[in-house]
Amino acid sequence: MFENVFGIHEQALLLQGQRVGILATNLANADTPNYKARDIDFSAVLSKTDAAPLPLTVSDGAHIMLNDPTTPSAELKFRNPYQASLDGNTVEMPIEQAAFAENNVRYQASLGFINGTIAELTLAINGQ
Amino acid sequence: MSLFDVFNTAGSALNAETLRLNTTASNLANAESVNGDPSKIYRARHPVFQTMMDNSAANFDQEDAGVGVRVLGIVESTAPPLMRYQPDNPAANKDGYVFSSNVNSIEEMTNMISANRAFATNVDAINTARDLLLKTISMGH
Repeated sequence: MFENVFGIHEQALLLQGQRVGILATNLANADTPNYKARDIDFSAVLSKTDAAPLPLTVSDGAHIMLNDPTTPSAELKFRNPYQASLDGNTVEMPIEQAAFAENNVRYQASLGFINGTIAELTLAINGQ
Repeated sequence: MSLFDVFNTAGSALNAETLRLNTTASNLANAESVNGDPSKIYRARHPVFQTMMDNSAANFDQEDAGVGVRVLGIVESTAPPLMRYQPDNPAANKDGYVFSSNVNSIEEMTNMISANRAFATNVDAINTARDLLLKTISMGH
């Protein structure tokens, strides 16, 4: 009954949590020679989970789930720098900071939606 | 790669940037030191950063997600020392010349600003991750 109560936000939260780590790695390596900035294509991964087939009914412990929806698979990609630097580093501080801030807002938005759903359910359960 | 890894990643960067600030301070402190022997002068030191690759954690899609940064080593600048004719200097050689360190003060100052900014950015990342985690912990309240 409550399997998919949070909709896309459950997976979005996991993905955004991963992305915070990836972007923090980029920020940490802003001065490392030959480090290549990485990121995940957020909308691509999310659209993949959108088009995923309906979950199979699991009636036995030995059954295998197809495309476990709890772990969205994020493919790490390399960022294309706007201006290449001499030391081979492709981290561009403003870009990374903007992405970090944007991801922060997205994470909090997903969290807000989940909190709203929980509040609604609590209201429905308590009836007041 | 999760929210908790941000503390390790950004923490290692704070460590590396602190070491960079230390070398800058050392270089600036010794910028004016002189010696009569050009092979014994103070040479500017600079740290070399390297990405730490985490192969132990089960990263998604079998890709090695780099975590953090470490200081691979410290290299000494090979720039030529500055030669000055100062026969009254106690460190002067028999021809009256002293050799001052090859520290480039302007380079050190810009290095310091860069390290400062990078440090602040990583502190910001830690604070953000902490805020997000605290909000996640209080989910549903």
